[in-house]
Amino acid sequence: MGYPHQPHPRETLVLSKHFGEGDARSLDGWKKRGGYKALETALGMDPVAIQNVVKESGLRGRGGAGFPTGLKWSFMKIGDGKPHYLCCNADESEPGTFKDREIMRWTPHALIEGVAIGAHAIGAENAYIYIRGEFTEPIAVMEAALVEARNAGVVGKNAMGSGKTVNVWVHRGAGAYICGEETALMNSIEGRRGNPRIKPPFPAVAGLFGKPTTINNVETLTAVPHILNHGADWYKKMSRPDNPKSTGTKLWSVCGNIQRPGNYEVEMGFPFGEFLNDVCGGAPQGRTIKAVIPGGCSVPIITREEAERAVMDYEGMMAVGTMLGSAGCIVIDSAQSMPRQIARLARFYAHESCAQCTQCREGTAWTTKILERIVAGDGTAEDLDTLLEIGENMTGKTICVLSDSCATPVSSGLAKFRHEFEALIKTKTVHAVPAVVA
Amino acid sequence: MSHGPSAAGGAVLKAGHGHHDEPHVPVFVGDTRAKLDDLLTRYPSKQAALLPALWMLQQARGWVSEAGMAEIASLLDITPAYVKGVVSFYTMYHQHPVGKYFIQVCTTSPCHVCGAEDVVKAFLDQTGCGELGVTSLDGRYTVIEVECLGACGFATPIMVNEDFLESVTPENVSDVLKKYQ
Repeated sequence: MGYPHQPHPRETLVLSKHFGEGDARSLDGWKKRGGYKALETALGMDPVAIQNVVKESGLRGRGGAGFPTGLKWSFMKIGDGKPHYLCCNADESEPGTFKDREIMRWTPHALIEGVAIGAHAIGAENAYIYIRGEFTEPIAVMEAALVEARNAGVVGKNAMGSGKTVNVWVHRGAGAYICGEETALMNSIEGRRGNPRIKPPFPAVAGLFGKPTTINNVETLTAVPHILNHGADWYKKMSRPDNPKSTGTKLWSVCGNIQRPGNYEVEMGFPFGEFLNDVCGGAPQGRTIKAVIPGGCSVPIITREEAERAVMDYEGMMAVGTMLGSAGCIVIDSAQSMPRQIARLARFYAHESCAQCTQCREGTAWTTKILERIVAGDGTAEDLDTLLEIGENMTGKTICVLSDSCATPVSSGLAKFRHEFEALIKTKTVHAVPAVVA
Repeated sequence: MSHGPSAAGGAVLKAGHGHHDEPHVPVFVGDTRAKLDDLLTRYPSKQAALLPALWMLQQARGWVSEAGMAEIASLLDITPAYVKGVVSFYTMYHQHPVGKYFIQVCTTSPCHVCGAEDVVKAFLDQTGCGELGVTSLDGRYTVIEVECLGACGFATPIMVNEDFLESVTPENVSDVLKKYQ
């Protein structure tokens, strides 16, 4: 669904069906579209029964990790006498990713419904939607929708007359990519610096305010009402018949050097080449796609050839050596210098490191320094091996994966486009002449 | 150019909010105090209201002053040093007064490949700021680069105070600035 919200015939619109329809934002407009029926059903169900439907549907976390949602919910021990919490992760800060923003902007009640169902399914009376501070419009839209939902008794005490309490609150972030990491997000809600916590204990044991907590992405929770309305089988059928592990639809955010950027919703298993070239129109101005970062900028960079033979689901992306991640797809075309783009990516991580772990604090800064030196025309032949070595020391050695996320595009970029780095170091040109990639 | 917030009519804070001159007058009195008290009912700990309280302070003052931080510390039973530690972690709290219009231009990778650097240059040239983070002599503008505004498909997104604008190009920078005089 390219901007401004023109669906492509190859899309399967489930979550994005009402994007661009202004009146879908109101409670009445949402109810007219079948909204809150699933919540009513869910509030009459046993939490474990809801967990089982979601387990059966095969829904996996859409924030990037792809962990099975129903299984995650089942880690919460219902009736343990402790307060439980649900956090909706709306700290959408991964470069390349802008799907949750559109869900909140256009269908706030869809998210509220998903959050309320999720809260009931894990035995939580309080749910917080943590929205990144920069998202002023989604925050305002969500706040307004929550006021409507509270006033109508949809959420709050005795939600929809069920006798259950489901409070839903918005909590505004204040500019920190790391707060999208689940334990950093909980720290941020608690009024702390957004430093990730060491796991274990996992959030399901000791999370927000030290109590059992589940963190789900906006897109994950928004899919839940559809699953309850139409059944687990309906959801499972929207995927490759030979791949039962990636089910349903996925919102893909497409940006960078592409003719028609925007959010597109397709069934899992859609051919990636067809998607990039036909649905999104390929590279602009007659140029060719050179590289693709398919899952938000933390995943390995792949070449056009690899992208074109991939299919769009968790396993399909792994088959070409990358990851589906958050499905924030960054397209880089033949006019771009890869060293320059990779240096810019590293700078992002250096800026966003919470500085808690040495490998990350020092590694992201050092990586950036070397890459920026190479781009400025002062690189040496040894720099490339040094970059790989630093990357190795940044991987798997820190509290969270931000450090790994910086090393990944650098090492994969070097593996795929080393000739561009070497040419730049050799010619010492400040502006690299882009290499031709077959 | 399309305007994000105007579609929902929801931009919370309008331009011209910077009152830099009364840092010692308490902020959390009257309605603002009532709003904070209501906020405290949402969390099992007082400290959890820190980020929202800091937002309230910044919206009232335009920046987060030492006096404001001390006031929040006392209301939430934490120390001013702790508050400062949290404030300095997050990039959106201004620890110093900024221009009447605080302009943030996204230059992270997806916007970078679409030419965001030229948008930054146009803002620096046309606001008279000249340099990132420096307020123009007339006190009107401060321009900074920001890491990912989460609107990558609509390059280049910018924020002017709490207004979110999409698809800004070097060519339409002058039109943007006309609205923020």
